Amino acid sequence: MTDLSDFSAGKDSELQDFLLVEKQKAQFHAQIHEFNDFCWDKCVDKPGSKLDSRTETCLTNCVERFIDVSLLITNRFAQMLEKGGGMH
Amino acid sequence: MDSLSTGSLSGAQKEELMDQVKQQIAIANAQELLTKMSEKCFKKCINKPGTALDNSEQKCIAMCMDRYMDSWNLVSRTYSSRIQRERNNM
Repeated sequence: MTDLSDFSAGKDSELQDFLLVEKQKAQFHAQIHEFNDFCWDKCVDKPGSKLDSRTETCLTNCVERFIDVSLLITNRFAQMLEKGGGMH
Repeated sequence: MDSLSTGSLSGAQKEELMDQVKQQIAIANAQELLTKMSEKCFKKCINKPGTALDNSEQKCIAMCMDRYMDSWNLVSRTYSSRIQRERNNM
């Protein structure tokens, strides 16, 4: 990511706010594309005339558990770093 | 980007710049969705590529596109409510 403060746009608070919001929106969308990519592979068998409830449950669980896993790993990784181990 | 470093922009220029940014992002988003959909639905619907897309393959593709959108929207709702929940817990 380019550091936006390098540009004079960085001094324009309206533009800066706008770009920050747009950047967050873009990151949110990118994350959804990624989730949908692998959760689709895990949950959707043959595309039917609608998503059945089992598939819907699988998709929501897939997103929720992935977030759980990344939080767990982030916390555990932070603990590893605190102990000074793990990365030699 | 060069023009950005040459002083301040007028209100109208700023407006135009913001519109352009939004439009570029929307285009990139649509392209991402199209690429993913083509890849996923090709995988699901075309088992043995023949000399043309037959009727059932076309139907499958149409259905797959709709379901992919459904799935995308569901994932989006799930993700945003999770973000909301995590924020409330902070």
